[in-house]
Amino acid sequence: MDTPQDKQYRKVVYLTFPPEASGKPLVCDLSRVHGLAFSILQARITPRHEGQMTIEITGPRDAYERGIAYLKDHDIGVVPVAQRISRDDDSCIHCGMCTALCPTKALSLNIETRLVEFDDETCSACGMCTKVCPVKAMEMLLENGVM
Amino acid sequence: MTHEVKKTVAEINRRIEKGKAVVLTAAEMVETVRRLGKVRAAKEVDVVTTGTFSPMCSSGMLFNFGQEPPTLKAQKVRLNNVPAHAGLAAVDAYIGATELPKDDPLNKVHPGRFKYGGAHVIEDLLRGKAVRLFCESYGTDCYPRRTLEKDITLADMKYAALFNPRNCYQNYNVAVNLTSRIIYTYMGPLKPNARNANYATAGELSPLFNDPYLKTIGLGTRIFMGGGIGYVMGAGTQHDPKPKRNERGIPISASGTLMLKGDLKGMNARYVRAVSILGYGVSLAMGIGIPIPILNEDMAFFTGVSDADIQMPVKDYGHDYPNGVGRSLGLVTYAECRSGEILVNGKKTPAVPLTSLTMSLEVAQKLKEQIEQGKFLLTEPVEAIPSE
Ligand code: SF4
Ligand code: SF4
Repeated sequence: MDTPQDKQYRKVVYLTFPPEASGKPLVCDLSRVHGLAFSILQARITPRHEGQMTIEITGPRDAYERGIAYLKDHDIGVVPVAQRISRDDDSCIHCGMCTALCPTKALSLNIETRLVEFDDETCSACGMCTKVCPVKAMEMLLENGVM
Repeated sequence: MTHEVKKTVAEINRRIEKGKAVVLTAAEMVETVRRLGKVRAAKEVDVVTTGTFSPMCSSGMLFNFGQEPPTLKAQKVRLNNVPAHAGLAAVDAYIGATELPKDDPLNKVHPGRFKYGGAHVIEDLLRGKAVRLFCESYGTDCYPRRTLEKDITLADMKYAALFNPRNCYQNYNVAVNLTSRIIYTYMGPLKPNARNANYATAGELSPLFNDPYLKTIGLGTRIFMGGGIGYVMGAGTQHDPKPKRNERGIPISASGTLMLKGDLKGMNARYVRAVSILGYGVSLAMGIGIPIPILNEDMAFFTGVSDADIQMPVKDYGHDYPNGVGRSLGLVTYAECRSGEILVNGKKTPAVPLTSLTMSLEVAQKLKEQIEQGKFLLTEPVEAIPSE
């Protein structure tokens, strides 16, 4: 699903907001101020608590970098998502249970092959599957520090 | 009733030994019976292999860990801190698959994760890992030792059998949740307002859908169990001998069950997997394959069962199930579930499987290969399991 121009960036990032930032429309500034397109894949924002949001950002690379710096300047934690969830294919038994709660359908059952497919491009790294998978085949990778 | 085709298990075994038996998986048999009709199919096919790979809580390991002087009569036994039932002879014990360590946080932070339990001990042992054995006793003249603590592997054990009081459920509920909050059940997570429907069994591959009246399966039936050899010990706990059936003889509720036993040392961890079910607990998923001898055209007919012939009741696990209300929200077919969407109260609902069909098929295929290679002979049941 990459955009044709190779200078375009398409990244999924996981944001954490400190309680005082939760109400501010900082994410909207990504498009207003920095000309990036974004879509919210998953969000949990409760007033006066730390909020979390996974968004997909598309736009030119330099704009992406400025946008991310802008968020960080405002005390928002930013973790690129691509490396955060992986599946241990030797362990997965293809039962299908994870597909019940996967909000992005990154985990889906192929009706023909009966295999559960994992598309890490679509994954928002919400972490649901790591809790649900009965054999713990879905792993949250912690290299990036946050979680 | 007279049959046009009549074969015996002994005849089929002779063909297996000569490498001449015709063996099909239950999935292959569907099309064969459709194409040839039951009589011709019965003439041509000798054995149909079934397979299933589902979590089943009623599982555990019966083991004997051997004496080490001074001798001990264990009164309390734990493996990796998971308690085993030790109210047996001196060094015999039984560890249940769902048993949890004493310090498990359980559901205190709901939904609990249940990361390690009896089933994990079993899987660890099968993978060749050492587990910590801890025993406590009060000391007798013949068994003076009070405590024993050491690492132990499956190879160190004098005896280790998987013993499952109940397995192979013939049919099961399709679970939905009609309340307005998410619930975490042994049927997996269920979103509010019936936004997903979770279903189990391997459909047309399932052992007891292929022999719905248990005509060929009984005490003593040799089976593929967790990658090794096991036996049916008779009816499982909660076996229902008189379920309501559809016109094909398929029960339309959770009904028949089997009790199973097999030598753990001959099994393979690929087919014996500990599962942690969010908010519920630990269970054991196991690959079971039962060969069905095609003794006559009736057995060809039964093994010709397809996913479309199997109806399952939809049940509410939000309110009805925990309150013992037996209400069914209607029947759906396994084929509908497999399509990924069913109708619940007239509303389209995503259907989510819990039984691995891929692994179920693998089990049926493995068993088929073993029979084709003459490595697995069929047995005649010593005693029938009531089913009408
Ligand atoms: S729940 Fe786990 S084992 Fe089952 S299909 Fe998903 S990733 Fe695989
Ligand atoms: S983390 Fe898991 S549940 Fe969440 S979107 Fe990715 S695959 Fe789906």
